[in-house]
Amino acid sequence: MFTKLGLRFAALAYLALLLIVPVGIIGAHTFSGGLGPVWDSLTVPDAVKALELTLEIAIIVVPLNTVFGITMAILMVRRELPGKALLSALIDLPFAVSPVIVGFTLILVYGQQGWFGSFFVDRGYQIIFSTPGMVLATMFVSLPFVAREVIPVLREIGTEQEQAAATLGARSHQTFRRVTLPAIRWGIVYGVVLTTARSIGEYGAVAVVSGNVIGQTQTLTLRVSQEYQNFDHTAAYTAALELAVIALVTLFLMNLFHPRKDR
Amino acid sequence: MTTVALPRRRASGAALPSAAPGVAITYLSVIVLLPLAALLWQSQKGGADAFWQAVSSPDAAAALELTLGAALLVALNNAVFGTLIAWMIVRDSFPGKGIVNSLIDLPFALPTVVAGLTLLTLYGPYSPIGLNITYTRTAVVLALLFETLPFVIRSVQPVLLELDREMEEAAASLGARGHVVFRRIVLPNLLPAILSGMALAFARAVGEYGSVVMLSGNVPFSTEVASVHIYSQIQSDYVTGATAMSIVLLAISLAVLLSISALHRRSSKHVH
Repeated sequence: MFTKLGLRFAALAYLALLLIVPVGIIGAHTFSGGLGPVWDSLTVPDAVKALELTLEIAIIVVPLNTVFGITMAILMVRRELPGKALLSALIDLPFAVSPVIVGFTLILVYGQQGWFGSFFVDRGYQIIFSTPGMVLATMFVSLPFVAREVIPVLREIGTEQEQAAATLGARSHQTFRRVTLPAIRWGIVYGVVLTTARSIGEYGAVAVVSGNVIGQTQTLTLRVSQEYQNFDHTAAYTAALELAVIALVTLFLMNLFHPRKDR
Repeated sequence: MTTVALPRRRASGAALPSAAPGVAITYLSVIVLLPLAALLWQSQKGGADAFWQAVSSPDAAAALELTLGAALLVALNNAVFGTLIAWMIVRDSFPGKGIVNSLIDLPFALPTVVAGLTLLTLYGPYSPIGLNITYTRTAVVLALLFETLPFVIRSVQPVLLELDREMEEAAASLGARGHVVFRRIVLPNLLPAILSGMALAFARAVGEYGSVVMLSGNVPFSTEVASVHIYSQIQSDYVTGATAMSIVLLAISLAVLLSISALHRRSSKHVH
């Protein structure tokens, strides 16, 4: 009995010191100067711009990666493809690459001395130190989530219902819309939640390719670190609190939609 | 019109427009493969000597050593505390357990830079408890512990949940004490899950940037980790150095992830 209590205490103390107390304190710290300064730093033009850019990137990245993820999952589970193991490893690859490396490789491709750098510059497009580069970086890091969540669900539901629908004369797009899609929808939603959270929260990859021009290429995460370095702590904590609120909403949705049985 | 010879029979299941496989694979190639190919191309440009010189330069070697050491420490620590916390969530019951269980995923949801700022608030120069660990290697380890917390827990939890209680009860009825039951019955069953969680945590820790950069002070030869080292090489336009270190980190993470999938294949064969 005492060992059990002791172990419980050790586990909870560990979680408290590492996770719960620090995250709780950030809220307290943000509002330490009262509501006024927080409101001011939420609404200054640079802060609004940072939020807008963050959402803009997510709005471009999430739908593209979602369509890709669903397509890839169907390919992996329902089609005979040569080199499936390799393809599966490629889909997971972004999880193995440090965000800084992601940004660096994009500079090698699209930067001034990069493979396609002069091609785009000659045509008047700037990729690196600009929004397109940040979109590409975010696409890279959040690519696997939807496919990873949909693949096991698709495997589990099997093909019987789809075959039944086909036997009854449903066309393949009807089968997809009326049988497959409803069956995998929670897997998709969960994948979309993770993709969105990662898109909004990405820092390292975006930091490398952004150039960090305030009001132009500054996202919320970049704002947190930059304002902290500029000793404008209220601005840094306000941006961090915005992101923390998004994270808590994400966490709530993750628990709501989680397909695993262990909850 | 497409010339891709793929089975398009309805009976094979879900429908995809005939161009979909090609488009999806092109997307994957442009977003992921093209940048990584550029990195590989860049790494062989200077030749083996330049590559070796860049990774073995004192500051690069120090950063790599710190990164691998800290990642190993963190993975081992997670093996102990992750298993303990998973055990608590599955086997123990106390009020508020559901909330604790959902909070475990917070490090996955919270942006790394916010995690860094969070830890900085409690354990930084303005610490309310007077505990300032910035500019020490403890800061690196702490940031990595935060970011990798869920891996072992989430990998052990389902296995522990499925584990047959009868084995443990049989051992106990034959007179085995609690710690013997744990060592001889529970632990061997959990080991593959613990190892795979550790490997994921290790791979994540090796590449982590945002939380460490906020907390550690990034002093070369002391608290500068590999990813921060790459970042500063990029800033100073030292492409060869950034490339070499990137290749080393990438090779380590890939090796770790490949060994996990090998582990999974082995343990799933074992079960069936």
